[in-house]
Amino acid sequence: MLRMIGRRLAIATPGIIGVIVVTFLLNRALPGDPAAYFAGPAATRQAIEEIRVKLGLDRSLPEQFALFVRDLARGELGTSLTSGQPVLAELLARLPASLELTLCALLFAVAVALPLGILAAARPGSWIDHLTRVIVTAGNSLPIFFTGLLLVYVFYYLLGLAPPPLGRLDPFASAPRTVTGAYLIDSLLMGDPALFWASARQMILPTLTLGVAVLAPIARMTRAAMLGVLSSDFMRTARASGLSPATLLYVYALRNALLPVLTSLGGVFSFLLGVNVVVEKIFAWPGIGSYALEAVLASDYAPVQGYVLMMASLYVLLNLLIDVLYGVIDPRIRIET
Amino acid sequence: MSETAPLLTVEDLSVEFRTRDGIVRAVDRVSFDVRWGETVGVVGESGSGKSVTALAIMGLLHPAGRVTDGRVIFRGVDLLAGGEGQRRRYRGRELSMIFQSPRTALNPIRPVGKQIEDVVRRHADLAGTRARDRALGLLAEVQIPDPGRSYQAYPFELSGGVCQRVMIAMAVACVPALLIADEPATGLDVTTQAAILDLLKQFAQERRMATLLISHDLAVIGERSDRIVVMHAGHVVEMARTAELFRAPRHPYTARLIASTPRPGATLGDLKPIPGGVPDLRGNLPPCRYRARCDRAIPACDEPPLPRVELTPGHTVACRVPL
Amino acid sequence: MRQLLRHGRYVLTENRLTLGAFALLLVFVGLALVGPWIAPYDPLATAAAHKLEPPSRAHWFGTDHVGRDILSRVIVATRLDLAIALSAVALSFVLGSVAGACAGFFGGWTERVVSRLVDTIMAFPLFVLAMGIIAAVGTSVVNIIYATAIINFPFYARLARAEVNVRREAGFVEAARLSGNSSARILAAHLFPNCLPPMTVQASLNMGWAILNSAGLSFIGLGVRPPTPEWGIMVADGSAFMVSGEWWIAFFPGLALMLAVFCFNLLGDAVRDLIDPRRRT
Ligand SMILES: Nc1ncnc2c1ncn2[C@@H]1O[C@H](COP(=O)(O)OP(=O)(O)O)[C@@H](O)[C@H]1O
Ligand SMILES: [Mg+2]
Repeated sequence: MLRMIGRRLAIATPGIIGVIVVTFLLNRALPGDPAAYFAGPAATRQAIEEIRVKLGLDRSLPEQFALFVRDLARGELGTSLTSGQPVLAELLARLPASLELTLCALLFAVAVALPLGILAAARPGSWIDHLTRVIVTAGNSLPIFFTGLLLVYVFYYLLGLAPPPLGRLDPFASAPRTVTGAYLIDSLLMGDPALFWASARQMILPTLTLGVAVLAPIARMTRAAMLGVLSSDFMRTARASGLSPATLLYVYALRNALLPVLTSLGGVFSFLLGVNVVVEKIFAWPGIGSYALEAVLASDYAPVQGYVLMMASLYVLLNLLIDVLYGVIDPRIRIET
Repeated sequence: MSETAPLLTVEDLSVEFRTRDGIVRAVDRVSFDVRWGETVGVVGESGSGKSVTALAIMGLLHPAGRVTDGRVIFRGVDLLAGGEGQRRRYRGRELSMIFQSPRTALNPIRPVGKQIEDVVRRHADLAGTRARDRALGLLAEVQIPDPGRSYQAYPFELSGGVCQRVMIAMAVACVPALLIADEPATGLDVTTQAAILDLLKQFAQERRMATLLISHDLAVIGERSDRIVVMHAGHVVEMARTAELFRAPRHPYTARLIASTPRPGATLGDLKPIPGGVPDLRGNLPPCRYRARCDRAIPACDEPPLPRVELTPGHTVACRVPL
Repeated sequence: MRQLLRHGRYVLTENRLTLGAFALLLVFVGLALVGPWIAPYDPLATAAAHKLEPPSRAHWFGTDHVGRDILSRVIVATRLDLAIALSAVALSFVLGSVAGACAGFFGGWTERVVSRLVDTIMAFPLFVLAMGIIAAVGTSVVNIIYATAIINFPFYARLARAEVNVRREAGFVEAARLSGNSSARILAAHLFPNCLPPMTVQASLNMGWAILNSAGLSFIGLGVRPPTPEWGIMVADGSAFMVSGEWWIAFFPGLALMLAVFCFNLLGDAVRDLIDPRRRT
C-alpha cells in the first residue's frame, strides 16, 4: 500500500512541478510593474527600485524562479498588500470554513446521488430512473450562482426558514473556540448544541447550493456504472448462485460500481474547489475563495497566488486519496503494483 | 416425489429478444427433458440458442429477452409460473449453472474463497468459521492445490482452469439435483478442458447429479452424455440416445454436424464443414429454419408446422424427409 | 450524407425534447443576430424614476436598480454570451486538435511537451486556474475567452491524440506513406479528418459548460465589466436584491443562462447520438 502511494506521488510530481511553474509565470505576467504595485502610488522612483531589489525582480528569470521555489519550501507565500499579514497564515485561518462547506456539500451529494443512481440502475424505466435522468440533465445545466440565489430568495425571503446569507454565524453569536476550525465540530466539542444548531442553519443553503451542483455527475456515473456491472458476467454467476438481493446489490454490484464512481470524483473535486468562490460570494462565506476574490479585485496578487497554489495542492491530495481508496477496493491495483 | 418422473421438463419454450432492429426469435418451441442423474448434452453451432435456453430455465435472461411461451417444470414445479422469489430459492441450491469464460464470470474484486463462502452461507445455514471451513473443503474437492492460499486469491491471479473449478465449487456446494454447464471448457487449453469435464463427470456420478452439458463441440458432448439434444437456429432438430445418434443420425443437420466433427481415425480431408450459416433470426422465418442450408428439401418443407416425429422410442426428429 | 440527414431527422423527431432544444437554439441565435434592433429599450439607458420596478406591461422583466430595462439587457446580452463561449470552444478546438494530433502522430518530444502541458493544466481545479489566469492578465472579454479556452484545451488535445494514435499504424496510412506522401500531408489529409467527428461531439457537449464558465467568471467580477449587458454580471447585479425580494433582476438573466446551457447540453447529446450512436446512454 505504501509502495502504491509512493508510486502515485511519483506520477503526480510532474503535475505539481507544472503547478509551481505556472503559478510563478502567472505572477510574472501581472500587468504593469509589480514593484510599483507593491510600493503603492505615492512611492518615489528610489523606493520602487529598493522594492524591486528586495523582491528579487532585478535578477534573471531563472534566479527569480529559484528564489520563488526557496520561499515556497519555507512556506512563505508572501504578504498581503491589503492586510499586511503573511498570506499563508491568512489562508490557513480561512481554510477550515471552505473545507467544512465543501465536505458537507460532498457528503450531501453522495448521500443523495448514490442511492438515486443505484435505484435507477436497479429498476430501469421506473419513476426513480426517470427522476434521476431529469435531475442529471437539469443538474448539468444549472448555473450554480443562480440556484444559490433562488434558494436564498425562496428559503430566506419568501419562507423565512433560512437565516440571511451572511456568513458562518449570525453577527450576534460568537464563534466556538478553534480546535479544528470547523464550526459544526468545534461547537460539539464545546458541548454547545445551540451554537451547533446556529452554525448548521447557516450551512444548509450553501451546502445545498454546492451539493445540488455536484449531485448530477455523481448520480449519472453511479447509474452508468451500476448498469454496466449489473449486466456483467459475474453478476449473472452470482444470481445463478441464488445469493440474496441485498448481497447481490451491495456486496457484489455496488462495490464494483464504486470504482468508476471513485474515478469520476476527481472531476467532481475539481468542480467543487473551483466553484467554492461563487458560493462563498453569494453567502458571504469567509473562506479562502472569497479571500482570493477580494484580493483579485484589489489587485493584490500574493494572496491570489497563494490561493491558486493551495487549491492545486488540495486537489493533488484529494486525487491521491481517491487513488488510495481505489487501491483499497480494487485488488488488481493493490497487488500488481 | 416419484423419481421416475423427469427431473426437468422443458415444454415448447420460446424466447424473443427485443432489439433495435427487430425482434429476434432466439428459441422457438424447444422441448426436452432431463431425468434424475442423467447427463444430457445440448449441441449446435454458436448462435443456435443453447445459452438462451439454459438462461431461460434458470430465469436469468437478459432484460431484453422474454419467454413468450412454454413451461419449465423442475421437480414438478413450473419455474416460469412462479415468481423471482421462488426461482431464487431453487438457484444455487437445487439448480445450479456454470458458465463459459470463468475468469470474467467471477467477481473480480472478491477473494474466490469468499465467493464460495457466500453461497454456502446463503444456502447451507452455516456461519462463521464453519462456512469458511466448508468453502475450504469445497476448494479441496474440486482439486485446487493449496486451498488455504487459493481461498485468498482473486480471479485475476488464477488461471482459467482454476477459476472454472472455483465456479464448479460454488455450483455444487449444496449438491444440486441439476447442474447446467454452458460451454464449461470452451476457451481453456486442451488438457485443462479434459480435466474440467472429467471433474464434472465425477461429481455427477458421485452425487447422482443430473447434468445439462452444453457445447458447440459434438466431440465433447459425445463422450460424456447419455442423451443428446441437437439445436439449430432456436429449434431442437433431433434428440436421441448418444450411441444411436452417432450410429444413425436422422436429421440432415445432425449428419452434417457428425461429419464435420473430428473423430479418431479420420483424416483432415474427411471433415466437411456445414454449408451456409445460422440464419438471421429476425423477421419472418420459414417453418424449418434449416431449409435454406438443406440439400434434401422438398416443397412441403415450406408448409407449417415444423413436424416433430418420434421415429423410435426416445428418438425424435424435426424433419419431413429424415435420413 | 443522405443517411446522416435521415438519421438527423430521426434524432430530432424521435425526441421531442431535442426538437424543443433545437427550436430554442434558433431563438437564441436569432436574438444574438438581431437582438440590439428588437430590444424594446436601450439596454444601457438608466431611468432613476423607474428603478426596481417589478415586471409589468411596460417592462416585461422589470427594471434594475438604476432603472434599466431587464428584458432589453437580457436580449442584447445573448450575442456577447454566445460569442464568448463559441470563441472559447473554437479556440480550444483548434489548438487542442492541432497539438493533440501532432503529439499522437510524431510521438517523441512533441508528445512529451503536449502531455506535460495537459497534465499541468489538469493538475489545477479548472475554475481556479481560470481565475488565476484572469487575475494575472487582467479582466477583459478577450481574457475570459483565453482562460476558458485554456482550461478546455486538455480535453481536445487528449481526444485528438488518442484518435490519431490508434490510426497511425492503420493500413490506409501506410498506403499513403508508401505512395510518397509527406508526414504533414498524411496527418492533415488522412488522419486529421478522422478525428473530427468525436471532436465535434466533444465541442457540442462543451458549449454549455463554456457558457457556464464564462458567466461564472463574470459573476464573480472577473469578466465582462458593467454596465455591459451580460447574463453573469446581471445575475451578480441582482444578487444583492434577492434578500430584499426584488427577484426579477437576477432571475431573468439567470433563466436565460440556464435555458441556453440546457439547450446546448441537450443538443450536445443529440449530436453525440447522431455522430456516434454507440455512445448513447
Ligand atoms: N441479449 C440478447 N439480445 C439480442 N439477441 C440475443 C441476446 N442474447 C442472445 N441473442 C440471440 O439469440 C440467439 C441465440 O444465442 P445463444 O443462445 O447465445 O447461442 P448459443 O447457442 O451460441 O449459446 C443468437 O442469434 C443471438 O443473437
Ligand atoms: Mg452460448
